[in-house]
Amino acid sequence: MLLTKIRHDWFSNVRGDLLAGIVVALALIPEAIAFSIIAGVDPKVGLYASFCIAVVIAFAGGRPGMISAATGAMALVMVTLVKEHGLQYLLAATLLTGVLQIVAGMVKLGTLMRFVSRSVVTGFVNALAILIFLAQLPELTNVPWTVYAMTAGGLGIIYLFPYLNRTIPSPLVCIVLLTAISLFIGLDIRTVGDMGALPDSLPIFLLPEVPFTLETLRIIFPYALTLAVVGLLESMMTATIIDDLTDTGSNKNRECVGQGVANIASGFLGGMAGCAMIGQSVINVKSGGRGRLSTLTAGVILLVMVVFLGQWVQKIPMAALVAVMIMVSIGTFSWDSIRNLSKHPKSSSIVMIATVVVVVFTHDLAKGVFVGVLLSALFFATKVGRLLHIDSTSGDEGRTRIYRVKGQVFFASADHFKASFDFKEAVENVQIDVSESHFWDITAVAALDKVVLKFQREGTCVDIIGMNEASTTLVDRFAIHDKPGALEQMMKH
Amino acid sequence: MHHKVLACLDHSSYANSVCDYASWAAMQLETPLELVHVLDHHQETAQTADFSGNIGLGEQESLLAELAAVDEQRASITLQRGHLLLESAKKRAVAAGVDKPNIRQRHGELVEALADIEDEVGLFVLGKRGEAGERESEHLGANLERVVRALHRPILVTPATFHLPTKMMVAFDGSMTTRKGIEMLASSSLLKGHECHVVLVGTDSAAASTQLDWARITLLSGGIHATTRIINGEPETALPAYAAANDIDLLVMGAYGHSRIRQLFVGSTTTAIIRTSDLPVLLLR
Repeated sequence: MLLTKIRHDWFSNVRGDLLAGIVVALALIPEAIAFSIIAGVDPKVGLYASFCIAVVIAFAGGRPGMISAATGAMALVMVTLVKEHGLQYLLAATLLTGVLQIVAGMVKLGTLMRFVSRSVVTGFVNALAILIFLAQLPELTNVPWTVYAMTAGGLGIIYLFPYLNRTIPSPLVCIVLLTAISLFIGLDIRTVGDMGALPDSLPIFLLPEVPFTLETLRIIFPYALTLAVVGLLESMMTATIIDDLTDTGSNKNRECVGQGVANIASGFLGGMAGCAMIGQSVINVKSGGRGRLSTLTAGVILLVMVVFLGQWVQKIPMAALVAVMIMVSIGTFSWDSIRNLSKHPKSSSIVMIATVVVVVFTHDLAKGVFVGVLLSALFFATKVGRLLHIDSTSGDEGRTRIYRVKGQVFFASADHFKASFDFKEAVENVQIDVSESHFWDITAVAALDKVVLKFQREGTCVDIIGMNEASTTLVDRFAIHDKPGALEQMMKH
Repeated sequence: MHHKVLACLDHSSYANSVCDYASWAAMQLETPLELVHVLDHHQETAQTADFSGNIGLGEQESLLAELAAVDEQRASITLQRGHLLLESAKKRAVAAGVDKPNIRQRHGELVEALADIEDEVGLFVLGKRGEAGERESEHLGANLERVVRALHRPILVTPATFHLPTKMMVAFDGSMTTRKGIEMLASSSLLKGHECHVVLVGTDSAAASTQLDWARITLLSGGIHATTRIINGEPETALPAYAAANDIDLLVMGAYGHSRIRQLFVGSTTTAIIRTSDLPVLLLR
């Protein structure tokens, strides 16, 4: 079984995987360099990370065909850490990130993704695209007009060249052509070489040069935690996108552990933390990549090209990279979500926009997702809280009143519940029939207690009917939930 | 074997014989027959590739729509083809005398699909090879061994042509697996009224005779008159030789009695016999 599974994951699409891997590697180089620059480290840190993460995740990941490498989402989190403490602390944080992600995978936190609603996912993706775009702006401010011309030309090539030829990746054509032009004319514009050191050898194993003290842990832990959360969020979202595109399944918890292992390997080889990439994974699937071989090919080809073509990579003008990154941000952005703003329920749109706004202002995707999840939970609670109806009938010549409660009573609807009783009416007996309602939490029970108390103070005698049925939902681990017919039994009253 | 007989069909040349053997078994056991075709779309293999390497406005949505359209087109054709296959197999089974065979199609990988519906099934009937392994005549189909290992029900592996079974040979070695097999046969109506040889490969000893006597008596209690025999040699060669000499037309044996490690080095007796023999083989799990 195991051998068959391995063959299935690795070799069921060899030709497609190899070719797609090459296409992805070509697009990964500019991205890895660009994200290193965002994080404020040498391009080689991002390039080593991309190689390392892509190769390790090919073996350890839970979603064949998904591309993981150094990413913008992660780079944005580490900016302050690098600025204040330097590269070595980043490497240490990367190792800790890996450990946290492995723990998350082991305790199966991947299943928590079900609380992240579709609107939050869309918001995350849009925020990511905006951040990638914003990160390109420093390269486009206070520069000679030639840079604008080069960037515009680059975008033109990327989007128009496929109409001529679809077998050569257009981002590659853009980079080669713009480099050739800038060398030929001898333009004085910024190149990759100006941004820092490029790899001149294969990566080697090294321990981060930081003191192994509690003080170090105190510095890196908050960053590692955010990195771990952001990395897993983007990886899980990308995995779902690839699942949908290819109509196949993935192992989310194995992917969590795989991301952790990949980050630990990256940290030891002098690379920054990374995660799955939405844009690259879409490119991979589009180019025909499906199996683990595509991810491995992407990583290996990336390193081979960078190490052996190093002096040429140095000469690539930044304008060409900016063009590629703008393409990635355009391709990542969910344009459907703008069209759907008017069509979707207002609450979903608010969740999406809130996620985007929080991320763009804090530059922290984890905070954005947190706000988004919180808002969706609030909206949901409000909506369910409306499912409460109380009517009453008078009997016994006005001396008795019967209240019939139907629907959900919990913290969000408890006030509405209390307000539905008329305490001013002078009656001798009150019956509250709760057998068709659900009391979900102690707030609901307390509200009922208060109602009873209030009636009693007015000298009214209170009878409660059907409390046992109503409070079955109160118990967290109610035994009948596991038995067949439990749902019907809960829903019938 | 009170559950139904399940015939696993595909577009290979084994389809007819699988259908015939399954019809025979269903009538013999007096259980319903179900004809199944599993559609494996190999989703992990890319059908289209665009190396332009760029992603534009709404790329994700348009790519999803494009890939889904390709899959849909392919799937509806295979679904239709599979349905025709099942319809013709159904006619064949009805002609053979089966009362109302049921047909169904499932998506997914063969092994997983069969394991999913295992609980309803008493006997699986499979061809030696599927449509993918048709050309390599010496090898077994890629799926067969995995199916046999994954399932816990009796499996009838059929050759390419049907020949009404009348003389059975049961390979017996006194092990737990084969003893269970004998008991299973005794309680089933599959072999009733057929000639049956219980064969033990090994040296003639008192222990072997006792074992064989137990087998004969157990089978007799189930209404099967069996002759017993001890033969010398290696099971891989001795069993088929005995079968040929005695005009045997159905082989019954326990499947994969040994560990995977041993099998990696020594090879599996079960696989060897299924591969070399032209007879249908009933594997008891």
